[in-house]
Amino acid sequence: MQPAINPLPEKKHVISKGIDGFFLDIYHVYKFIAQFFKEAFSGPTEIKEIVNQCYQIGSKSLALVSLTGLVTGIVFTTQSRPSLSVFGASSWLPSLVAIALIRALAPLVTALIVAGKVGSNIGAELGSMKVTEQIEAMEVSATNPFKFLVTTRIIATTLMMPILVLYTGFVGMMGSFLNVHQNELTSFKAFVKSALSSISFLDINASIFKAACFGFTIGVAGCYQGYNAQNGTQGVGRAANLAVVVSMYLIFIEEITIVQIVNAIR
Amino acid sequence: MNNTESEIDAKAVVISIKDLKKSFGSLNVLNGVNLDIFQGENIAVLGRSGSGKSVLIKIIAGLLKPDSGSVKVLGQEVDKISAKDLQALRLKLGFSFQSSALYDSMTVRGNLEFPLVRNRRNLSKKEINEAIEGVLDDVGLLDAINQMPSELSGGQRKRIGIARTLILKPEIMLYDEPTAGLDPITCIDINNLIIQVQKQYNTSSIIITHDLTCAKTTANQVAVLLEGKFFITGSFEEVFSSENANIKSFHDYNFISGV
Repeated sequence: MQPAINPLPEKKHVISKGIDGFFLDIYHVYKFIAQFFKEAFSGPTEIKEIVNQCYQIGSKSLALVSLTGLVTGIVFTTQSRPSLSVFGASSWLPSLVAIALIRALAPLVTALIVAGKVGSNIGAELGSMKVTEQIEAMEVSATNPFKFLVTTRIIATTLMMPILVLYTGFVGMMGSFLNVHQNELTSFKAFVKSALSSISFLDINASIFKAACFGFTIGVAGCYQGYNAQNGTQGVGRAANLAVVVSMYLIFIEEITIVQIVNAIR
Repeated sequence: MNNTESEIDAKAVVISIKDLKKSFGSLNVLNGVNLDIFQGENIAVLGRSGSGKSVLIKIIAGLLKPDSGSVKVLGQEVDKISAKDLQALRLKLGFSFQSSALYDSMTVRGNLEFPLVRNRRNLSKKEINEAIEGVLDDVGLLDAINQMPSELSGGQRKRIGIARTLILKPEIMLYDEPTAGLDPITCIDINNLIIQVQKQYNTSSIIITHDLTCAKTTANQVAVLLEGKFFITGSFEEVFSSENANIKSFHDYNFISGV
């Protein structure tokens, strides 16, 4: 049975309002994610809309991600140089920057930017559609709004994040090279050789996996908040805000968790 | 003028509602609603704000689930059929929302193309264009085809919203406050459009409205919702000849005495 858009059930307080509400929200998120997987693996697939959303996410984030990656590479290199110079280890700068960027900085910084830019946009867009009955209009015109609006966006954020993270890593390394070349007169070939020698397949795979997790989180948070928005324009604003805040909290938790797992494997 | 009795097929019940109940928490909105709508008939549902009129048509469209009772649309119980069957049934239902609910990220063309392309996948580009232009011509807004919803007036948005439902050639139309917030001249246009849709598309309709002129002009039957039930049902004249204070005040507010 197609789930009708019923209001959330009234909460019966067993322990306390806050704790009951928290667990009820967890349950609703679980149901939301379960519905995503059900719709994602049942036909027909909204390929055209997924591609459209991938383009939107990529094009909206590219400029800011480029700037952030470049600045991160330059600043990290500049700040690390004095410490390494004390030990006469300035030649290790490319390795250090590569490890820091690929393992941690690129995924985390990119995720925070995408959460702010894309996550809030998704929350606001879907929230606006919810409060103006556009989602209900889609449903009564025999279109599955969850599949068309939610599933496509979550798939798009999950697919685009690894691409954006790899791009941020690349741009960051270019920024680092500019700085290293200016200060140590290191050639591009030497820089790349030094950087790549310190990176393993585990680092790159872990980075891609982490990025996909972050992308999935951003998509779910944005879509969940927007799809369940209520109370007019105030609800839309709240949805956009919560999409970002919840994403960021979860991204940090996931970062710590995945780092522990990867280090255990390493 | 709307369909005469001879054009209404009294044997063909398209919507049948039996003892429908719906509550939101402790608030009982619908308390045992009974209604039959026949093929080719327009019925106006009147009632106070918050009396459950919009809830009623959302249950008919399957957007809300009833607590108890039976709602049959074209012979199928809306809350008991599968998702696939509900989707197929909705192709025969048109829902005109109070706020029009146009997709604001798409042009008028995009709004009309969206349900058509997704539900009639075998149509060629030429057939899609013809269908879009045909239905826009029916509502008198062919010139607005490339405009965004934000560029349209309230009345234009309402008509485009109706056009978007008509493009799938529904058998039943559900209008939620079709004239709400519109000036009297535009209300006349909308009322005429509702009648035209009934005649041209041979639809049966439920019209939720506070506007008695709309009810009088467009509907064959009027039903007044009071305290969660239909208090009285009949023709406009039959209903408003009632001595009930609520009915009388409804009438007197809409039609200034002596005019």
